[in-house]
Amino acid sequence: MHSSITKKLAITLLAWAIALVVFFPIFWMILTGFKTEGEAVATPPSLFFEPTLSGYHEVMARADYVKFAINSVVVSLGSTLLALLIAVPAAYSMAFLPTPRTRGTLLWMLSTKMLPPVGVLMPIYLLFRDLGLLDSLSGLIVIYMLMNLPIVVWMLYTFFKDVPKDILEAGRMDGAGTLQEVLYLLVPLTLPGIASTGLLSVILSWNEAFWSLNLTTSSAAPLTAFIASFSSPEGLFWAKLSAASTMAIAPILILGWMTQKQMVRGLTFGAVK
Amino acid sequence: MRSFLLQAPAVSLLLLWMLVPLCMTLWFSFQRYNLLNPMISGFAGVDNYTYLLTDPALWTAMGNTLLLVGWVLAITVVGGTLLAVLFQQEFFGRGIARLLVIAPFFIMPTVSALIWKNMMMHPVNGVLAWLFNLFGFQAVDWFSSLPLTSIIIIVSWEWLPFALLILLTAIQSLDDDQVEAARMDGAGPIAIFWFITLPHLKRAISVVIMIEMIFLLTIFAEIFVTTSGGPGLASTNLAYLIYIRALLDFDVGGASAGGVIAIVLANIVAIFLIRTVARHLET
Repeated sequence: MHSSITKKLAITLLAWAIALVVFFPIFWMILTGFKTEGEAVATPPSLFFEPTLSGYHEVMARADYVKFAINSVVVSLGSTLLALLIAVPAAYSMAFLPTPRTRGTLLWMLSTKMLPPVGVLMPIYLLFRDLGLLDSLSGLIVIYMLMNLPIVVWMLYTFFKDVPKDILEAGRMDGAGTLQEVLYLLVPLTLPGIASTGLLSVILSWNEAFWSLNLTTSSAAPLTAFIASFSSPEGLFWAKLSAASTMAIAPILILGWMTQKQMVRGLTFGAVK
Repeated sequence: MRSFLLQAPAVSLLLLWMLVPLCMTLWFSFQRYNLLNPMISGFAGVDNYTYLLTDPALWTAMGNTLLLVGWVLAITVVGGTLLAVLFQQEFFGRGIARLLVIAPFFIMPTVSALIWKNMMMHPVNGVLAWLFNLFGFQAVDWFSSLPLTSIIIIVSWEWLPFALLILLTAIQSLDDDQVEAARMDGAGPIAIFWFITLPHLKRAISVVIMIEMIFLLTIFAEIFVTTSGGPGLASTNLAYLIYIRALLDFDVGGASAGGVIAIVLANIVAIFLIRTVARHLET
């Protein structure tokens, strides 16, 4: 009995120590956001200080911060809604009207995720330049939608597969067409699944950095690109950088925490349950 | 027919997204094409490839790519497995501790890179420099003396939570009775880990390795924000080299040849991943 208590205590201490060390950089960034620039670079690092919102005020006072944030919201929500709109019918037909080709189609969709972005950077850049899509929100929305489409189809497919076929058949008996069947039966039944699929897509789009850094400059740049601009000499302003970063990660961190279980399904294409 | 129509938008968009850039990359890779100098043009044959393959920069970048992928995989898979076993135990505040430890995975890469670059690894004002001094060691100027190591640390920090998240989910499906039976037969914790837990996690580990590889082969933002590939080429990976050729030198032909090489590498990994997933896909 005694040894099991000691063991439990050891596990608790070890696990918490690791959790705190891993989380420390994030904690430190959040803390730095409430310091003055002077305290932010103080040596030894100051743990106790008079918290101030001046970092936040300065970031918010820059008219463009809000613009970058709005770009992030527009791009991640826009690409997610578009992806869901295209993926729901596809996943529906794969789950409920499977043909011998369905399995192949699903695997092929997964394979499109394997195309490394750098491999197609040049053509996409030139296509965007010629179409006038460089530094445009719509261009970024399309890229993110295509980037996430395979994952969205896969995740929806795994959720739709769990719906008993009888329910949809009963609806069809009552004279529901495909559209009604999807809108009034399937969507309400799988709303939690659709929501977590959408959230994963929002998270991935919000954090994406390769395309946003290479295809946007100023007017369509989302927060990832804005934060990257702090790597210039402006990066010396740690309190401001931390305040801006905290605001940029907060919504996604919370969404990520809320959907962690369902995310595993999407991130592993259902191979780990 | 109905099934075909419902899938048509998704399938045709993905087909376009895959084929058009792929064909263009292949085409460009055989062209003399520089955006800064329109006079250079025409069919290049395999010149872009021979130029690239004889350029020492490519091999440095390939070596760095392999080191980066190899080390991050080793750290995250071994660390993730051990942490999954630890965080599976019941302990006080487990839910909150789990949330804290998976948090880095949700942080945007440009933010992670900047926190580490400025607040952790800064040679004078960073937390690590302070800790090193506190224990009487010389502070390290991470990004100039250990550029690739610094990137490996940052990327491992971002991906360890991913491995943990997946492996923790997998470990939860482990049969308790089996563990109990083994314990009854006198198996110690290490034997249980080695002969029961690890085999159970085999599939999840292989999935983690393959998915991480797809992302790690093309790590970009972390390098872009911290070292810009330097000093020299010390932290340039294949992705960053292609970026330099493409958008700094505007050498479309050379960048495309690099792109083709990246695509070939990624596909070698992809074949294994798709096989693994396919085996577990019941339609």
